[in-house]
Amino acid sequence: MPRKRELTFWEQIYIPEIIRGVWLTSAHFFRNLFLHTVHRFGLFKDLPAAVTFQYPEQPRPLEPRFRSRHRLTVREEGTPRCVGCMLCETVCPAKCITIVAGEHPDPNVEKYPVRFDIDLGVCVYCGYCVEACPEDAIRMDTDILDIAAYSRDAMKLDIHELMDPKLRKPVAECQLKFPHQCAIHGNQIEGSWESVYGSHPRESEDRDSRFRGNDKVVE
Amino acid sequence: MPTLTIDGKQITVDPGTTVIQAAESMGIFVPRYCYHPGLSIAGNCRICLVEIEKAPKLQIACNTPVADGMVVRTNGQKVEQGRQSVLEFLLINHPLDCPVCDQSGECDLQNFYMQYGLYDPRFKEQKVKKTKAVPLGPTVMLDAERCILCSRCVRFTDEITKTGELGIFNRGDQSEIGLYPGKELNNKYSGNVVDVCPVGALTDRDFRFKARVWYLSSSPSVCNGCSQGCNIDIHYVTDRPHLAGGARVMRVKPRYNAEVNQWWICDEGRYGYHFIDQGRLRKVTHRGVETTWEKALMELAGALGRVKEENRQGQIGVIPSAQLTTEELFLIRKLFVDSLGISQCDARVPEKPGTSDDFLIKADKNPNTAGAVSAGLAGSSFDTPAVRPEPFGKLRAGFVEGRRPATQDERCTAAQIIDRCLAGQINVLWVFGHDLVKLFGEQTVKKLSQELELFVFQGSNENGSSRYAHWVLPSAVYAEKDGAFTNCHGLAQKFTKAFEPLKDSRADSQILTELFERLAAVGPEQAVHPSTGPAPDLIGGSG
Repeated sequence: MPRKRELTFWEQIYIPEIIRGVWLTSAHFFRNLFLHTVHRFGLFKDLPAAVTFQYPEQPRPLEPRFRSRHRLTVREEGTPRCVGCMLCETVCPAKCITIVAGEHPDPNVEKYPVRFDIDLGVCVYCGYCVEACPEDAIRMDTDILDIAAYSRDAMKLDIHELMDPKLRKPVAECQLKFPHQCAIHGNQIEGSWESVYGSHPRESEDRDSRFRGNDKVVE
Repeated sequence: MPTLTIDGKQITVDPGTTVIQAAESMGIFVPRYCYHPGLSIAGNCRICLVEIEKAPKLQIACNTPVADGMVVRTNGQKVEQGRQSVLEFLLINHPLDCPVCDQSGECDLQNFYMQYGLYDPRFKEQKVKKTKAVPLGPTVMLDAERCILCSRCVRFTDEITKTGELGIFNRGDQSEIGLYPGKELNNKYSGNVVDVCPVGALTDRDFRFKARVWYLSSSPSVCNGCSQGCNIDIHYVTDRPHLAGGARVMRVKPRYNAEVNQWWICDEGRYGYHFIDQGRLRKVTHRGVETTWEKALMELAGALGRVKEENRQGQIGVIPSAQLTTEELFLIRKLFVDSLGISQCDARVPEKPGTSDDFLIKADKNPNTAGAVSAGLAGSSFDTPAVRPEPFGKLRAGFVEGRRPATQDERCTAAQIIDRCLAGQINVLWVFGHDLVKLFGEQTVKKLSQELELFVFQGSNENGSSRYAHWVLPSAVYAEKDGAFTNCHGLAQKFTKAFEPLKDSRADSQILTELFERLAAVGPEQAVHPSTGPAPDLIGGSG
C-alpha cells in the first residue's frame, strides 16, 4: 500500500484547500463563540461547547481510579499501616521500591518499614504495588501529577513524603509520629533519619547529597 | 519383606518401615508437619492422611507400619477431603499474619493450603490470642499463635540435644509451646528448631526481618567453621543492597548429608557467616598504599624469582592455612615447596583447640586440616584432638596414605618459622589468612614487620596480620570460590562458588596460578588449574 497519496488536481491548485481549512477553523470558532455566549443566558445548555483547561491554574478533574503519585496510609495513631512485607517491592516491575523492615515495639504490629523509598524517576505507575498490598497501606490516590525535579535524586520519595503527601523536600519539621519523626536543624537532619540511614553507610552519601538543599521540587 | 502397592506401584521394603517412608523411597511426597525423619514419630498433625484399602478410615502415613499386600493411595478425592479438613482444623487459631511472618514463602501451611485448602472458610468465631514475638533464647523467637503444636521442636530438644528446654503447656485450644521455668533455649544447636518448625512459630532472630525468603538464592556449600565439614546451603541476595546493610549472605541452612551432619548444624556454624561480608579486605595494598594486582604480582614474583636465583630458599617462610581448599593447598605446595624449593612451609599454627562435643562440633576449627596434611603442609597427622569416633555412617579410611611429603624431616611448624624470623634466619614471610597477632602477640608481629625484608599477607579479612604486613593481597572466602574441604573423617567434599569475590579480592587459586605464570617456574600450559588440582580420588564425596 503506498504511503503517500497522490494529490488530485483540485488539491494541487492549493487555493481551494486553504479556503476549506479556514472555513473549518472559523466554523468551530464561531460555533464556540455563539454557544459560550448563549450559555451565559442559559440557552442551548444541552449543546456542549469546546473547553480548554487553563492548566496548571485550573486542574483537570481526574477519574476516581486514576493512578497518581503514591502515598502510604496511616493508622489512627499516626504510624504507617505498612508492615514491611515487601510484596510491593517484590511485584514492582520497575524495581523502584526500596524497603528495609524493622522490629516494631508493639508485638501485635511486630514489623514496620524503617525505610520505604519510591524512586518516581523509575516508577511506571502500573499500580501493582497497590494491588499486591495485603494491608491497604499503599494507594495511588493523591491526585499529584506535577512530579518534576531538577535531579534524579529529588525524584526519590522517602517515607515522610509518602506518609504525608503535603510534605515536600527538604522536610524542615515533620509531623509524623514514632518512629519516623525527624527535623532539620542547621542543615543537619535529626531524629529518625540518623537511626534509619545511619546504619546503611552505602546509601548515606546519596542521602547527604539529596538533603543539602540544592534540589528543589517544582511545584 | 512386605510388598505393598502405593499409588499403583509395587515396592518391597524392610519390615517396620512406615508408609510415609516407603512412599518417600518411591519419590512420592506425602504432606507432613509433625513427621521428621530425624525425630521420633508423634503422629499428631494428621496431615499425612492416606487411604489404605480395607481400612475403614483414612490412616496417617507417618505412623502406620507397612504390611504385606497393603494397597495405599496417597491421592484421590477422599484423601484430599481429609487433608482439607485437617488443614481447616489446624488453621482455626492460626493468625493470618503472613505479611509479617518470616516463614512465609517457605511455610508448609501456605504450601499445603495451596493444594488442599478450603478456600471458603467457615470459621466465624473469635480466634484464641496467644503471646507473640517472645524471644526463647539468643537465637530463636517464638510466636505461640502461629504454632500448630506438631511438637517437632520439643522432640528435637529431647532427642537430639537432650537438653529438654521446650515443652507443650496448657490444654485444649490454650495449648502452647513454651520453655520450662528457669530455662532458656541456648544450647549449641538451638538454631535447628527453626529449621524443624514447619510453620512460622519459631523463627530465627538473626534472620528476623532481614529479607523475604523469595529474595534468597541458594548455593550448596560446606561449612568452614570446624573440621566436621557440615553440609550447608548458603542463602544470599546480590541484587538488593539495601537489605541487611549491604550484606550478601542472609543466612546459612543445613543441607542433609547422612554421613556428616544429617539434618543439623551447630549454631557456631549457622551464625558464623558474618565474616563473609564484614571486615573484608577489598584492595591490594603495599605498606598501606593502594596498588593494583598487576604491580603486586609482578613485584612478588620478582622477589620470589630472585630468591630462587640466589639460592636463598632457607630464608623464606610460608604459613599456609587449613582454611584454604585442598586445591589451593596443593598449589601452595607446588609453588613454594616443589618449584621454589622452600622447606619452611607449614600450616600448623599454635592455635588453642576450640570447644567440641561428641556430636558435630570439633575442636579443630579449620575445615581442611586433612587437606593440608594430604598436601604435605601440616605434618603427617592431626595435631589437634580432632579425630573422634565417626558419628554417622562409614569412615573413609586411608586418605592420607601415600601422600606424605618426602621432605618431612626438614619441615617445621609455623611457630618455628616465626622463631627463625625473629632470629633473623628468615627474612621473607608469606602468611595465608592467619591472625599472627592473636597467635604470637602484637609485639612479635610488630617486630616482624620492622625486621623482615618482605612480609606478605594473603587473606580475606582484616586482622592483626593485615595491619602489619607489607603486602596485603585480598583473597576470596570459601563462599566465593570452588574447591573441596577434607573433613576430620577423611571425607573430601566439593563445594561451588555462590557469588563473585568482593571488590578486588580474588580466589587464592587464581592468585597462586598467576604467580606461577609470572614466575614461569611452570609454563602456563602446565600450571595446575584448580579444577584439576589434587589427585581425583581426593575429590568426590558428597559435595
